[in-house]
Amino acid sequence: MSELLVRNGYVYDPLNRINGEKMDIAIRNGIVVDDVGSSAKLVDASGMIVMPGGVDIHSHIAGSKVNLARMIRPEDHERDVESRTSITRAGVGRSIPSTFTTGYRYARMGYTTVFEPATPPMKTRHTHEELNDTPMIDKGCFPLLGNNWFVMDYLREGKLEECAAYVAWMLKATKGYAIKLVNPGGVEAWGWGKYLTGLDDPVPRFDITPREIVRGLCKINTYLNLPHPIHVHTNDLARAGNYETTIKTMDCVRDLYHGGKPIIHITHVQFTGRSGTDWINVASGAPEIADYVNKHEHVDIDIGQIIFTDTTTMTADGSFQFLLHLISGNKWANTDVEAETGGGIVPFHYKKSNYVNCIQWGIGLELALMIKDPWRVQMTTDHPNAGPFTEYPRIIAWLMSREARGRVARKLNKSAHRRLDVPGLDREYSFYEIAIATRAATAKTLGLKQKGHLGLGADGDISIYAIDPTTINPSRQYKLVRRAFRKAVYTIKEGKILVKNGEVVDTVPGKTFWVDPKVPQDTYEKMLSNLERKFEDYYTMQMSNYPIGEEYLLASKKIETVAGS
Amino acid sequence: MTLVKVRLVSGRSIGQGKGKELGKFSQQYFQSVAICELSSDDMNILAVPEGGNVRVKTDFGDVVVKAYTSKQSLPKGIAFMPYGPWANRLTDPETHGSGMPSLKGIEAEVSPALKEEVPTLETLVKNLYSEK
Amino acid sequence: MTALSEKIISDVVCTICGTGCDDLQIRIKDGKIIEAKNACAVSISKFLEQHAQRYSSPMIRRDGELKCASFDEAVCKAATILSESRYPILLGWSLTSAEATCIGVELAELVGGVVDNNTGFCHGPGLIGAQDIGVSTCTLGEVRHRADVVVYWGANPIHAHPRHIARYTVLSKGRFREGRKERKMIVVDVRKTDTARMADLFIQIEPNGDYELLSALRMAVKGEELEQQVIAGVSSERIEELADLLVRCEFGIIFYGVGLTMSRGKSRNLDAALSLVRDLNRSTKFLIMPMRGHFNVCGANEVTSWITGYPYAVDLSRGYPFYNPGETSAVDILSRRECDSALVISSDPVSHLPYSVAKYLSEIPLVTIDPHVTATTMVSDVAFPTAIMGIEASGSLYRMDGVVLECKKLLDPPQSVKSDVDVLRAILDRVKSLKGA
Repeated sequence: MSELLVRNGYVYDPLNRINGEKMDIAIRNGIVVDDVGSSAKLVDASGMIVMPGGVDIHSHIAGSKVNLARMIRPEDHERDVESRTSITRAGVGRSIPSTFTTGYRYARMGYTTVFEPATPPMKTRHTHEELNDTPMIDKGCFPLLGNNWFVMDYLREGKLEECAAYVAWMLKATKGYAIKLVNPGGVEAWGWGKYLTGLDDPVPRFDITPREIVRGLCKINTYLNLPHPIHVHTNDLARAGNYETTIKTMDCVRDLYHGGKPIIHITHVQFTGRSGTDWINVASGAPEIADYVNKHEHVDIDIGQIIFTDTTTMTADGSFQFLLHLISGNKWANTDVEAETGGGIVPFHYKKSNYVNCIQWGIGLELALMIKDPWRVQMTTDHPNAGPFTEYPRIIAWLMSREARGRVARKLNKSAHRRLDVPGLDREYSFYEIAIATRAATAKTLGLKQKGHLGLGADGDISIYAIDPTTINPSRQYKLVRRAFRKAVYTIKEGKILVKNGEVVDTVPGKTFWVDPKVPQDTYEKMLSNLERKFEDYYTMQMSNYPIGEEYLLASKKIETVAGS
Repeated sequence: MTLVKVRLVSGRSIGQGKGKELGKFSQQYFQSVAICELSSDDMNILAVPEGGNVRVKTDFGDVVVKAYTSKQSLPKGIAFMPYGPWANRLTDPETHGSGMPSLKGIEAEVSPALKEEVPTLETLVKNLYSEK
Repeated sequence: MTALSEKIISDVVCTICGTGCDDLQIRIKDGKIIEAKNACAVSISKFLEQHAQRYSSPMIRRDGELKCASFDEAVCKAATILSESRYPILLGWSLTSAEATCIGVELAELVGGVVDNNTGFCHGPGLIGAQDIGVSTCTLGEVRHRADVVVYWGANPIHAHPRHIARYTVLSKGRFREGRKERKMIVVDVRKTDTARMADLFIQIEPNGDYELLSALRMAVKGEELEQQVIAGVSSERIEELADLLVRCEFGIIFYGVGLTMSRGKSRNLDAALSLVRDLNRSTKFLIMPMRGHFNVCGANEVTSWITGYPYAVDLSRGYPFYNPGETSAVDILSRRECDSALVISSDPVSHLPYSVAKYLSEIPLVTIDPHVTATTMVSDVAFPTAIMGIEASGSLYRMDGVVLECKKLLDPPQSVKSDVDVLRAILDRVKSLKGA
């Protein structure tokens, strides 16, 4: 039996409405408990902030396109290496770190749970092999279903329940956590090198629209009682002024909402939050999106905040990636996956001299500052698309300090500066709101009941930062805040100290979360026989070889749901 | 001495693949891989029978193998040898900084060697490699 | 014997080339494989000749001869060689499981050596090219469903990937393509191979002329006029005809073989080919894919990349990963006699590398791990017999398009023969204790 007591820290646990209260947190056998015995290991958190371990809802850290990006960007790694130690494996950074390094770097910042948001189902064994080699964090992955042939065929035919049974099968077969849509319908069009516009352009040869795909999967998500809403990367990412598509996507499922938690999560909204008609007059659509989100509770989002740095873009949105290559002239990789999805990779450098990049920088922050409910706007960089996850502390500083934002704003392209609202925005996040944006809200929207909080029964995942909230003014002392969030004084995972003063002192493999929804047996069997009939027509792989066994995961954590109830 | 100059290409063949699965020291491997395929023109110049022994020589080494007319239409001046220890007696280790040695398109000379024997893999290894 | 001692295992994954067929039906009788349905000629040999040229005991060289030894003795000797070595090289990894390669990379890191795989002398130039240009590619099913133009360049699938054409390309049936009549097959090669005989258009290229031909195609595809009448042995009219076919197709793909990577120009040939495909995407949908020869060389690249950041030729002697093909690649290291010991797994470099390079390998302390007796095992100092992956050991492999397949264990290996994973883990643990880790 192992016991740990975190003493005397200023605890921020928004899910339990604890706002900087000085209190102790006790952990026994990895779970938060009431109290522990006198022989418990003591961690003195006096004068420091204590938060639940960070939960990253959307970060591209594992799988075939992530690894292809590693392979074709040796220049990304050369500048940033990690030597082997007696505790840690060797590795490389920077925007696409190797797997062990990914785990260590998250842990150093106090993060303890991370989700890979886009895995091509047919290649998800690869994703899990990489996640198995990503220590320190609990994890999961979202299978891509928004361009899946079976899904599109079923939805076109109006066979919603059978489609739900198929989605249930897919989640179990891929050991996936949530339904991911990327440019729904559009990536199938890209299979032919074609593009779709908006929500109502029919998918070539499939006679179904993105709107129908989003609505269908949203209904299925609710029916299957999945812990996380549909996670959507909207259409039109490459279009200069695309905020309208984002709002239309949010709105297209509004009638399906009947109260309770959100039914649609729109991801990295910065990328789809632009107004304007072309790249010369593009501006921020954040005010309009924020207005919609403020008025409608069925939506939550994550921001995908830009960092001005050299990074790598990678998404399943193959058509967008090709266009980015044409615009930037940078090298381009493309990875289409049969019957399912696609992908693309383009290195990219966001610059303060570039008008559009500056607008993009503004959009993310405007979303975070203009959306009133901190529970429904979560902090991400869509790592590494808008920037490496190691830059989260920089964003935290921007959110907490108008001055920090101002320093960057003054260096922006002048036209962009004039057109953005963010330089004039006063709002500054509190530590409580930061805890929401980086842990509590993300865990809540993911439906992870034991994460993102420190109440009884929670996983003993804790991060402790060298900030005394009673003496530090984050608005002025944002550099201190940034530094503190870069290197946790302690990162504790299930009661085990993994990081001390920003250095890894111990490792754990971490668990992989996945969802197993139960559907009515007769519908399931009907779906299976349809699947068996069509599988070899659609795939170049035998059906019996497709599902991934639970033993494939290093440490499996299954979440069961029951459809309909 | 009769001689033909060729560009040597090495590669896979079904026989080489099958032979490999039967074992590198198998008769099938030896028969499929210790060979050199030439155009009918070059075979005529050499005047060796089908399966007759020839010596193939490059700047990097030489080896005796059996010669056959190619069934995959080799033009005059190109020779094909399946991947393997006999072909690699002849290939160029220079990678030009790329990591990849030159296994195709090497200049070679082929001459009749009817009185000589094609070395088995075992002989090749014993004679050419270290006596530890 | 009754039918009870017979069983059929379906959906078996073949472990020979990068085609990754997973529809084999293996019939086993009295503990022996007697039939392999859906297997190509090479695959049938592998399954039916499971016991050819095996050895059953680990071997250690004593007084100039390889003699039987116990597993522990062999592990001890192997671990000692590697841990006392200043600059060991760990080579192979292309015919074993991804799990084994994971352990191999850790071992290389622990002993401060170089971990490299067959890529360096096979498809490395394609990766180097992709590092400059990028790569437009897909999974094989995309070709089956959509391709109306298929080009085989410097590749002879009839011989090297026998079921490729029927499973995925010209002869296959996809959702949007009926079959042969809806597809055009183009072959570019120095000789009219059996594959070329099937082609609608065969382009016979001069040896070492790929870079020029590809460059000319790039021009033609952009509508520029070719001034030379003959390029790399091909007339400019032919080149323009080919360019036209490529531009006008709905979905095209180039499958390239080592004809492109191994001839003069090497990675520059791939710069040109990858650029051509990239350029074609301005007019139509076009992709490219290397015809990986070993069943898990892709897996070796993937594992090495996710752990070290680099796909092959990774030097870990500094304590962190360092990559520079030409400097840290096996052929160069052996050529310059820089390594002082080697571990070779499921690979036969003595047969497959140029003589002068392989000769050095035979002079240094050498540990081999292989199911079969090979030229390399003959010159090793420690040799471990291992289970054949896909028959006697399970594991995952990466097909040429990156799709992961799980291989089944069909039969037990010969007595006392262990899996690659078990051998590597034992050596790793032993090295750890020698280094006091």
